[in-house]
Amino acid sequence: MSSVTRPALYSEMIRERWRRPRFRGELPGATATAEDVNPLCGDRVRMQVKLDGGRVSAARFAGDSCAICTASADVLSEMVEGRSRAEAAALGAGDVLGVLQADVRPTRMRCVTLPITVLAKALG
Amino acid sequence: MTLDAQTRGDFPILERTVNGRPLVYLDSAASSQKPRTVIEAMTRYYETSHANVHRSIHTLGEEATELYELARDRVQRFIGAAAREEVVFTRGTTDAISIVAEAIGRTLKPGDEILVTDMEHHSNLVPWQVAARDRGVRIRSVPLIGEGTLDLGAAERLLNERTRLFAFAHVSNVLGTINPVADLVARARRVGALSLVDGAQAVPHLPLDMSVLECDFYAFSAHKMLGPTGLGVLYGRRPVLEALEPARGGSEMIKEVWVDRATWNDLPWRLEPGTPPIAETVGLTAAIEYLEKLGMERVREHEQALATQAVEVLSAIPGVRVYGPRRERAAVVAFAVDGWHPHDVAAALDAEGIAVRAGHHCAQPLMRWCGVVGTSRASFSVYNSSEEVALLAHAVASLGGAP
Repeated sequence: MSSVTRPALYSEMIRERWRRPRFRGELPGATATAEDVNPLCGDRVRMQVKLDGGRVSAARFAGDSCAICTASADVLSEMVEGRSRAEAAALGAGDVLGVLQADVRPTRMRCVTLPITVLAKALG
Repeated sequence: MTLDAQTRGDFPILERTVNGRPLVYLDSAASSQKPRTVIEAMTRYYETSHANVHRSIHTLGEEATELYELARDRVQRFIGAAAREEVVFTRGTTDAISIVAEAIGRTLKPGDEILVTDMEHHSNLVPWQVAARDRGVRIRSVPLIGEGTLDLGAAERLLNERTRLFAFAHVSNVLGTINPVADLVARARRVGALSLVDGAQAVPHLPLDMSVLECDFYAFSAHKMLGPTGLGVLYGRRPVLEALEPARGGSEMIKEVWVDRATWNDLPWRLEPGTPPIAETVGLTAAIEYLEKLGMERVREHEQALATQAVEVLSAIPGVRVYGPRRERAAVVAFAVDGWHPHDVAAALDAEGIAVRAGHHCAQPLMRWCGVVGTSRASFSVYNSSEEVALLAHAVASLGGAP
């Protein structure tokens, strides 16, 4: 029974970013920080950004979250670097899902959007 | 014959497949599935007897009222209440607790205390927080020890002459801990405090007798005990219910109304404002009849065997941690898998047709005690089999190191 190969649960990108996130951690010199929880599951995500002259020079995330949410926070942190505050704040679920190369079921959409709303909060 | 072999065919939903696999439903603690007799009883009611209850002087109204009040008698017998007036129909466990919290809340004074426990479902915490708010009332909590049982010594110390009410779960919806209800009730009574038991996770699984537990209030939901959603029960000892000033008004709860005042109806209707969920009480009657036919002792034995098996096989898997007491536990088994977030576990199991719950289970203070944001949880009912527990264990063992 165990020899049956199952299709992977998530996209390659989600699995990669869950196993080896690149932007998880503290951001020294952060200029803005925000944090929130997903009331459905208790997941918690904190986003930190560093703004230099109206542009995001760096972003990091921390928290306790599932694979989808972690991957979302990780690629989002990568995507915002170099963007203006307005450009960064305008990123949406579609942008993140594009990078994650994933279709996410409606029950898990909050896992994708939590880091996005936290980032928007941090960017004020 | 095992209980699941006897009951399986009575639950139409269990014939379906999920993601190409036969459904293995291990989420009955969130909401149980319904036997055909419950579904048919509700359909038959709507097809033949539906009207509003109590005030309709016509045949359908009489039939509906008779069925509604029959459900009360069935509940009374099922839980061993002394009188039918002690059975109040509500919208669910949360609603039942809120009815008490709202009524008691109006009588709370600064310095009063409400005692809860660290293993409570949010539904047995937040109504008390709302009741205590702005009244100078302190909420205190009994901590947990060991594998997740109440610290009875601490409970004894925390109960004092300022304690107005002690609210606690009969069975933890995460740990499966079965609390010593009669003992806790007696301790509360010694300091003059009322007791309210959240029985949502106990009524579907254990034989119950209010005359033995002697609690002042006991709350539970129909939908976790093979009945329909939208209906719950508040049991209250008659003298305590008599003293409860209704906090909610509406049609059925009055005797006489003027524009600026009203007098209250008798128990239990005094606490049942608005048109009740009538068809749902018909469904509850069918659910109780179904459970009584199986026998609650047999139900308990079957489910405890499944829970014990689940604890054993899951604990034996490397990287899997099981929460709660090893023995004498109810039919819920929460667990964690190294490298896996609970939601990812649930998603992976769902791909195999296995439905488990994942998340904080509406018990965030308890999650903090466990040191996690959430867990995965398998829970069992009369229709689950030993083979399904083995399937769960096999699927968990096959997860691998990370999603």
